[in-house]
Amino acid sequence: MSSTDTIEKHADLRAPIARVWRALSDSLEFGSWFGVELETPFTPGKTCAGHITVKGYEHVRAEFHVDRVDERAHTLVFRWRPYAIDPSYDYSEEPYTTVTLALSEIPTGTHLAITETGFDGIPAARRAKAFEMNGSGWEQQAVQIAAYLANQS
Amino acid sequence: MTALAVKHSAPVFAALGDPTRLRLVARLAQGEALSISQLTEGERVTRQAITKHLEVLADAGLVTDRKRGRERLYALEAAPLDDARRYLDQVSAQWDKAIARLRLLVER
Repeated sequence: MSSTDTIEKHADLRAPIARVWRALSDSLEFGSWFGVELETPFTPGKTCAGHITVKGYEHVRAEFHVDRVDERAHTLVFRWRPYAIDPSYDYSEEPYTTVTLALSEIPTGTHLAITETGFDGIPAARRAKAFEMNGSGWEQQAVQIAAYLANQS
Repeated sequence: MTALAVKHSAPVFAALGDPTRLRLVARLAQGEALSISQLTEGERVTRQAITKHLEVLADAGLVTDRKRGRERLYALEAAPLDDARRYLDQVSAQWDKAIARLRLLVER
């Protein structure tokens, strides 16, 4: 696995594992922090979808293909298409990344480990596109700043 | 955002927290490298003041300068990172924000 294929995130949360597990496994709670209004519960083998609520991404309807909701192992696994944010682009042929969220108990509460793999499967053009979108954001920002300052003087 | 990321961003935010510097960034964002004389044009502050502002922006990594003859040209810095890495950084930043929201939810 190459270094560009995977993202790994770790966080120590000061909350009991049962509480954090609810925030992961209950699709409404999950949506409240992930930033998506999910319409159905997480069920292994089923697709759960909803609109992103994060500012700037509200036009995106994200789909989560749920592979595993394992209460004993405190593990949630789903596949999705990260950065599928251009409404005019057809992402249906593109590969998914796989996200694994796993919890473990630690003395201070709960350790959360997030792994997202499969980025090497995402076409280079799409990566560039995602970057370009961000880049144009910076340019737009500068234009807005300039317009704002022009109004001030 | 992690504490470390906040620490790294702080100079950038501080550098942008000034109207003159914001104007300089907005002008350089048009893509062309400009000299201090060009950047001083239309400003109500002195050339020395503009030089100071550019130094602050350079310290934050927002602009770079190179010499052309007797002049120094300033340009907005587009971090020369590999595309794939930058893409991952973006996704990674989204996760950081999500984790911060999760923390607020479960720790309250």
